[in-house]
Amino acid sequence: MTMTATQTLKIEADAIFRRKRLMAFGLPLLILVYLAYTLFSFDVPGLIKRFEIDNARALVADSYSYKTHVTRDNRAGDVVIAVEGERKGTYPEGTSPDWVTLGEETRIDLENGHVVTFLPEKAVTYDVPGYGLIQAQSVGRKGVITTLPEGDVPEWINKSKNRLTITTEAGRLTVTRNRTEVFRYFTGWELFFFTLDSPYHGLSFGEVLGRAFSGEAGAILHDFWTNKMWRHDEVAWAMFETVLMAFLGTMGAAIVALPLAFLAAKNFSPLMLVRQVMRRFFDFFRGVDALIWTIVLARAFGPGPLTGALAILITDTGSFGKMFSEALENVDEKQIEGLQSTGAKPVQRYRFGVIPQVTPVLLSQILYYLESNTRSATIIGAITGGGIGLMLTQAMITQKDWEEVSYYIVLVILMVMLMDWFSGWLRRRLISGDESGR
Amino acid sequence: MAEIHGSIDDMRTDYMALVRRKRLMDGIILIIFVALMVSGFMVADDRNAGGFWDGLHRFFDFPKEVLSEAVDKAGELPAHLITFLPSLIETINIAGAATLIGAMGAMVLSLLATRGLALWPRLIPLFRRLMDIMRAMPEIVIALVLIFIMGGGPVPAMIAIAFHTAGALGKLFSEVNENASLKPVEGLQSVGASWAQRMWLGVMPQVSPNYLSYALLRFEINIRASAILGFVGAGGIGYELKNSMSWGQGQYDEAAAIFLLLFFAIVIVDQISSHFREQLTHGRKDKRKVTA
Repeated sequence: MTMTATQTLKIEADAIFRRKRLMAFGLPLLILVYLAYTLFSFDVPGLIKRFEIDNARALVADSYSYKTHVTRDNRAGDVVIAVEGERKGTYPEGTSPDWVTLGEETRIDLENGHVVTFLPEKAVTYDVPGYGLIQAQSVGRKGVITTLPEGDVPEWINKSKNRLTITTEAGRLTVTRNRTEVFRYFTGWELFFFTLDSPYHGLSFGEVLGRAFSGEAGAILHDFWTNKMWRHDEVAWAMFETVLMAFLGTMGAAIVALPLAFLAAKNFSPLMLVRQVMRRFFDFFRGVDALIWTIVLARAFGPGPLTGALAILITDTGSFGKMFSEALENVDEKQIEGLQSTGAKPVQRYRFGVIPQVTPVLLSQILYYLESNTRSATIIGAITGGGIGLMLTQAMITQKDWEEVSYYIVLVILMVMLMDWFSGWLRRRLISGDESGR
Repeated sequence: MAEIHGSIDDMRTDYMALVRRKRLMDGIILIIFVALMVSGFMVADDRNAGGFWDGLHRFFDFPKEVLSEAVDKAGELPAHLITFLPSLIETINIAGAATLIGAMGAMVLSLLATRGLALWPRLIPLFRRLMDIMRAMPEIVIALVLIFIMGGGPVPAMIAIAFHTAGALGKLFSEVNENASLKPVEGLQSVGASWAQRMWLGVMPQVSPNYLSYALLRFEINIRASAILGFVGAGGIGYELKNSMSWGQGQYDEAAAIFLLLFFAIVIVDQISSHFREQLTHGRKDKRKVTA
């Protein structure tokens, strides 16, 4: 009798073990199968073929280094030196960095023995250590005549009738009919503090500090703030706009959602119909994604921070409405009854019986959303055109200002982390304050 | 008697003074808040291309256009719904794969960042900061960079969302881990289990319901994110929406179909996931009651 009982028990236990084992191996297998399926439905093999390693290399290199162009117009003979080849970073005429010597012959020192010389008659020489002297001359219609040292043409020299490109680790020389151009690469973010037209460019930190103390602090700050290359003033404004979008959207949503939540809470809204309508209303606002709200709003209000703020406001009214009404349903009735027994009117009952109970819950939810909406505001800004999100997409579209892109990315991360810390700090303060104060 | 009376009066004045001060503080905070809201609204309104009051009456113009066009061509709507179903599935797949990969990353990261469980206890702060940075990184940033390198398509979006998910879930997971009992882990250690075995067999069974619940919530969020990323060129339903929007009037019936698909997908996933989450959390609560 007992034997059979233990036997059935053993069979049952075996069945449970089998099921457990099936789960333990089946679940990871299922995940693996799903991932394999997505791998093929996303056409990963095709993607690997399209992968543009050059873009990746340019992006990484550009995000921590920059190049200075020295360009000679082969027709007019002018030599222009410009950081990143941009007008904003052009050296004033007649001035040059110390590695370029202007004159009849322009000597460009690329360091480690690499020297490029612009000669008269549209000619140029490039002395490559360990290889020899490369001579080239642009001869109008006939193209570019190149004279190389004896031997095979190495891989890093690309020569054709109208063009010569030499790429070494020290820099790059390009000769075409119209111009001769040299790139030299440097590490760092160029002209981050002061542009070339500022008198403070090229001074050390100590010198700038010294000048600041001798009464030039305003001018220094102005030159830094209006830096045309990095536009610190616009960036700061854009960050402010992004935070503003998050703040207006979150707080606005909370203000709109609170009264509506009362209508959707079981214990405050006796009419079933009203409750259901309000709930469907919240579901609709939440269900229509922020993306769709953004598009609809951008049609009415045009691009800008207000559109972003309203998109956050509408989406979060749905989320807050749902969460607030749930919090209201969990309110302790005793406090309200106590107030009622003293003859408090409904408004007073809500104000002193309900609000103090739910404030900590609501506040912590609102502050949590404030942080996450800072991130959303960046994304929405990229779509509707406002704030740091817009600057980020604009910098990306040029496909060459990757140092600015990485700067903005760092700023966005710092901004979100700061908001995270701030909302956490405020939450702790306000909520612990509530416990002791009320 | 008089003395007690006096002390009650004192108490009352003290109390009233306290109440007044509190009211004053509340009032000041309220005024600051209202001033911030109003001035913020005015700044935002000023910086916007179109003003709020001008745009308000145009708010319903666009939805009306879309709706009327959709109603006019109501016969074609089912066909459109079927046309765009594959891209909806792609959007959901992006979210699904990103949630899975992100959750796996979060699992490892959170275990490495929890006191008592970490493999290298000294590196806990490092993994914490790493998760903070991953969490702070908006998906769109990574997606745009990856689109530049890899070209458009679902994979950049998937990687971008997975990266953010790993950070966001990692934080929640490590909070769960902190409540896990160390006894099974110590037991496994005493029989010579490796770190991976201790985590997989000792910690996972304790935390998996919570993990699953958080991952489901994340899946909901990620569907929305994946739709948005599609809009900037990462494939899926967002991309189709952008196309149909850019064609302008005459193609709004397609936009309407996409709106509908996206809306119902989000609502259905919301419902399913909140059902399962309720089961997961309630199941746990019941168990707790039994053990208590």
